[in-house]
Amino acid sequence: MSEAVIAVALVWVAASGTAVVLTREPLHQAFVAGFFGLGLAFLYLSLQAGDVALSQIVVGAIALPLIVLLSLAKVRKGRE
Amino acid sequence: MSVLAYGVVAWLFLVGIYGVVTSRNLIHMVVCVSVAQSATDVLLLEIGYRTGGHAPVFVSLPAHPGPAVDAVMQALALTDVVVGATVTALLLALAVQVHKRAGTLDPDALRATKE
Amino acid sequence: MSRRARLAFFAVAAAALAVTLGVGLAGLPSFGSQLTSYARMLNELASPQRHVTDVVSAITFDYRGIDTLFEEFILLAAVAGISVLLRPLSDETRELPEDKAPDRAIPPPSPAVWLLAVLLSSLLALIGLETITHGVLTPGGGFQAGVILASALYVVYLGTNYATVERFQPDALLEASDGVGAFGYVVIGLLGLLAGEVFLTNVVSLGVTGNLIAGGTIALLNLVVGLEVAGGFAILASEFLDQTAVIRTRRR
Repeated sequence: MSEAVIAVALVWVAASGTAVVLTREPLHQAFVAGFFGLGLAFLYLSLQAGDVALSQIVVGAIALPLIVLLSLAKVRKGRE
Repeated sequence: MSVLAYGVVAWLFLVGIYGVVTSRNLIHMVVCVSVAQSATDVLLLEIGYRTGGHAPVFVSLPAHPGPAVDAVMQALALTDVVVGATVTALLLALAVQVHKRAGTLDPDALRATKE
Repeated sequence: MSRRARLAFFAVAAAALAVTLGVGLAGLPSFGSQLTSYARMLNELASPQRHVTDVVSAITFDYRGIDTLFEEFILLAAVAGISVLLRPLSDETRELPEDKAPDRAIPPPSPAVWLLAVLLSSLLALIGLETITHGVLTPGGGFQAGVILASALYVVYLGTNYATVERFQPDALLEASDGVGAFGYVVIGLLGLLAGEVFLTNVVSLGVTGNLIAGGTIALLNLVVGLEVAGGFAILASEFLDQTAVIRTRRR
């Protein structure tokens, strides 16, 4: 049972990682990256790593999308 | 299972580097670097996994808990995730300043020195 | 090198890397089959030796404490680097966002958004403090809780405007928190030297396993690292925020 959960998590991570790279527009990529971070957290949880999953959730859902979106806002502002 | 587990690690790393090489936008490139970095975390935790193991937290365990997974790998991966995010932020700050100076985020259009 | 040449070179190099990775990964023991002897030993010894129940915290802050010191300094250096990179350049000034139509009042933030922001930031601050203090017992600890505490400040920005954020997060306080956290780790390590042992030895009384205050310096280092990571991530976001809202090209 736990093997099946790990297999599902691995496939989710691989698929969303590919989607992150193939999404060329940075704004859309930020959302896909959030989904990828969620998949990573799920994988870490299924590998019985609670501490690492907690780190990944807060970093991948909060810190990383925030700084990507703030950078995009700055860049877009400079273009106008 | 081993093939899937370790194959995903190699795939994530190669896909991340492919994203860096074919990127047309510096911010897209930085997020691809973070994808490649997460491959190393996954590998660390996979090495430390033990089938049927539980997390290395020894509180409120059932009667026959079984083995625990590797705690050293988790300690390594834990700091790696947080520090990796900070280094990604540093790269994004670089990208923002490059855009200010060069006016573009396209790595192919950037020149090393001023003409 | 033209783009096509770069892609061809990458294809060859990626193939070689894939083969090397495949050979290397195939040499690993089968997934989930065995643990290293170091791991097995630590799983058995950490609880009785250090009186903590979360072995990962014991490893991060005690058995491999010096590695965490270096990681913390990487974080400090990266945050310092971001502060230097995003400083106002010679042709830029800092101006607060000003109202372009001063004859009309700015609509206040919507009450629903404001309420959600208040609830979320209080909840996040509470969860962050809980995670720091319970780091010796359950999964948690300074690194995770520091980011959670910093995100309590992010929610303030999301729910209100820039002026409120400036009032809530004085730069001096964040930088002091970052510095005190990094310096505190070294000071606690020096306590070991003062006691006549090695740097970063656990010289404070260890307490009883299962208590909140146990593990000696592990609990103290949790607090200190939490301070540092929270300060670091808050400075990081506020630098990016300053760039977006306040720093603009100097008008001639």
